[in-house]
Amino acid sequence: MTSRQQPVAASETAVTISVNGSDVSVPEGGTILDACSAAGIETPTICYAENLTPVNACRVCVVEVENSRTLVPSCSRAAEPGMVVQTDSERVRHSRKMVLEFLGSGVDLSQADQLAPWMEKYGSDPGRYGESPETMNEEVRIEDNLYIRDYDKCVLCYKCVEACGDDAQHTFAISMSGRGFGARIATEFDVALPDSACVYCGNCVAVCPTNALQFKTEFDLREMGNWREEEQEVTQTVCSYCGVGCNLELHTQDERIVKVTSPADHSVTSGHLCIKGRFGWQYVHAGADEVDVQIGR
Amino acid sequence: MPDLHLTQDRASSAEMAAVDAALATLGVTPAVVEETERLVRGGIHRKNERRHALLPALHALQTESGWISKGGTNYIAETLNVPPAEIYGVASFYEMFRVDTAPDHDENVAHVCVDSPCLEFAEAKIAELEADGTPIHRSPCLGQCERATPDHGPALFIQGRKAANSVPSDSSDLWDLPQKHEYGLKLLKNVGRIDPTSLDAYVGAGGYKALAKAFALGPDKVIEEVSAAGLMGRGGAAFPTGVKWRGVAAESGTKHIVVNADESEPGTFKDRTIMEHDPFSLIEAMTIAGFATGAQKGWIYIRGEYPLATERLQIAIDSARVAGFVGDGIARSSFNFDIEIRRGAGAYICGEETALFNSLEGFRGEPRQKPPFPTTNGLFDQPTAINNPETLLNVLPIMLEGGEVYGNLGTEGSSGHKLFCLSGHIAAPGTYEVEFGPTLRDVLELGGGVQGTLKAVLLGGAAGSFVGLDALDMPLTMEATRAAGASLGSGVVMAFNDTTDFDAVCVRIAEFFRNESCGQCVPCRIGAVRQHEVLVRTSGSKLNGELKLLQDIDLAMKDASICGLGHTASTAVLSAIDLGLIG
Ligand SMILES: Cc1cc2nc3c(=O)[nH]c(=O)nc-3n(C[C@H](O)[C@H](O)[C@H](O)COP(=O)(O)O)c2cc1C
Ligand code: SF4
Ligand code: SF4
Ligand code: SF4
Ligand code: FES
Repeated sequence: MTSRQQPVAASETAVTISVNGSDVSVPEGGTILDACSAAGIETPTICYAENLTPVNACRVCVVEVENSRTLVPSCSRAAEPGMVVQTDSERVRHSRKMVLEFLGSGVDLSQADQLAPWMEKYGSDPGRYGESPETMNEEVRIEDNLYIRDYDKCVLCYKCVEACGDDAQHTFAISMSGRGFGARIATEFDVALPDSACVYCGNCVAVCPTNALQFKTEFDLREMGNWREEEQEVTQTVCSYCGVGCNLELHTQDERIVKVTSPADHSVTSGHLCIKGRFGWQYVHAGADEVDVQIGR
Repeated sequence: MPDLHLTQDRASSAEMAAVDAALATLGVTPAVVEETERLVRGGIHRKNERRHALLPALHALQTESGWISKGGTNYIAETLNVPPAEIYGVASFYEMFRVDTAPDHDENVAHVCVDSPCLEFAEAKIAELEADGTPIHRSPCLGQCERATPDHGPALFIQGRKAANSVPSDSSDLWDLPQKHEYGLKLLKNVGRIDPTSLDAYVGAGGYKALAKAFALGPDKVIEEVSAAGLMGRGGAAFPTGVKWRGVAAESGTKHIVVNADESEPGTFKDRTIMEHDPFSLIEAMTIAGFATGAQKGWIYIRGEYPLATERLQIAIDSARVAGFVGDGIARSSFNFDIEIRRGAGAYICGEETALFNSLEGFRGEPRQKPPFPTTNGLFDQPTAINNPETLLNVLPIMLEGGEVYGNLGTEGSSGHKLFCLSGHIAAPGTYEVEFGPTLRDVLELGGGVQGTLKAVLLGGAAGSFVGLDALDMPLTMEATRAAGASLGSGVVMAFNDTTDFDAVCVRIAEFFRNESCGQCVPCRIGAVRQHEVLVRTSGSKLNGELKLLQDIDLAMKDASICGLGHTASTAVLSAIDLGLIG
């Protein structure tokens, strides 16, 4: 979950900061998170992704920076020359523990596989908030045959909103709505997806860190108790629908395709696809028109 | 090629007319979807072009239809070229916009304040209104705290349908202000003395002399004077105004002055006093700020629940424009400065400066991560000086008397004059002006003294802290309150006597923060809820082991939240525990 490392080329200006007492250099414009990664320090992140603009909302990546009154989100703060950073101080461990604990107390993290080890490491105890702490309390939304939305698992990381908006798809089908604990990802007036502007590119599903958004194939297999991720094979290929040349990763289980992704660091896609590459495999012999039938348009 | 996908719902012709009228006032034309207009191009252009008209358009729709209707949303989406999902995201952020389809949209809604000091009168009033069949909205502080007395009851704000919004108490005698007979006033000198709707009266009382002085000094010297006066922001953070202005002056390109008149900190109403009774002073002061920093554009972002202040400011801007004090070539100089009012729609967080920018730009009022700071990346990502109305008002005597002279007023660490908002169990609640220096006891005396036996005082509002009787001799200065671990914040002095149910008061403060959190960051969105839950379940009993939980929550909110709301959300509650008022 840490960022892609950017090698410091000799011609680029480098910025040197101190992380846990050692000097680390990153290219100018690089973040504290980049510096941590360069130093081999693993940092928990939830709302950060290398192919999305940082929103610094989850606050699990915070670090202590000398002379800063509060902790600082490492994912978005640029490294400045001379910065002195601590990534494992008492204050950092406390805030990371609490962020994960808060999430665990209100959100279903049962399929947020990357978070479990961090909760373990920081000693998060989501059970200590009384008998019935308020939770997201949302029903699974199954509105079509392509993907489901289970906002009980949503940590409100904004990733899907960004992927649907300025950062990739430019469809703007979904937005953060409401305020405070009542905030939810929603279409306009919360209409069902097929009635919204959604074009079923699946880019939101690909970036969701907690499986709140799931391909229907995965959801159905999990419901049947038959989702076996460890046995799945991933095959690299190039999408054959058009000439753009998007890289596809076909995830197969029992010789059936169960989901399609694209590498986040791929130069063409940055991890984002369209409906044809993402879902067209279900109808390889028919084409994407039939996908519209599946979503009831 | 249509760029937006819309549902089938269509706006009524009345809705379209209402939105069109609002946009015409702003000079915003409907979007024509050409290649350059397409959302897919994204970025700052789209933001600046029309999106800032979203909040005014939503206000027009809400007033016309009693809710943000689906058809009306589609019409705004087409007209401003903003996706409907984003409009819904924005509308659902604010108290004053209804996005639900409940059947009572046809009626006026009574917003009843349930924050201290209105809290103790709120339930009786709500029961009374409900018996009449009036739709009720339980509101956070409405900024009329001086009216929370046994005679008057809680503050009310009436949200009209096909009618203007109104505050019932606004029709009472406007000239009856507590401090009108005192001498030596510098900030409230016009309040209650001159007609707030008359430019002639303002000029007759010495108005626009400070601007003339500023023009004579030149921008650089104006900032020098403000710095020499040691003026610190009165909005809560006490940042040196001269430093802020210097920062903006050093930038180039389009720059802005923004007046932060969101005034939503529970217990705060001083800015309302200024804007209702002396709007011209604020206009003059922000013009000086524009001149000093080289900003061409001034904005007043005023909370939506202040209809009278909004009306009077608009009258003041319009008549100042006619007289050549607003617009191009101010007072026959080459300086151009235009001023526009924007109404908030009910959200405490929009008083946080970067949330205010987002709100004004037509986005959700979510604070931005700082750095970068507003002086370089403010409104529309352009250099911006944002100030509280009271801060700006200090600039007038600084110009007239000189920075040094003004700076010598007050104490070593707190120069000049200060407004305090006295409310609660006090004989004469209201806005009071003092030269920095008086103690808490002195200030309470100014308001006619405490009614009953004093138990505690809330300093600085819900984001501030409770102090006990041992603080009565503490001077109400920035340095003395800081040394005592408290803060002046926005100047709230709320007195509580020994009849107070502090459990109820603290549960409500915690509820205020959970309701007002923007929801953006995890520590505050969830931490504020967990804090409220602890207080609810321990209300009236001992905290026992739960104190550790509150402290853990507090530390995470203080350290890891994005903005000041999260940083201060547990300060008041923990101070009440320290003083033994609860727990
Ligand atoms: C949650 C929150 C609410 C705020 N509300 C207000 C407000 O209503 N009015 C105000 O002037 N400042 C408010 N502030 C402070 C502003 O962010 C900012 O510091 C201030 O407007 C700067 O003006 P000044 O330097 O003149 O005080 C608020 C801050 C926070 C964190
Ligand atoms: S599938 Fe694509 S268009 Fe639909 S909501 Fe997700 S990102 Fe937006
Ligand atoms: S649905 Fe997933 S990606 Fe979207 S905000 Fe929730 S957790 Fe993040
Ligand atoms: S601290 Fe609270 S109000 Fe501020 S950004 Fe975070 S959630 Fe929003
Ligand atoms: S990963 Fe940095 S704030 Fe979420």
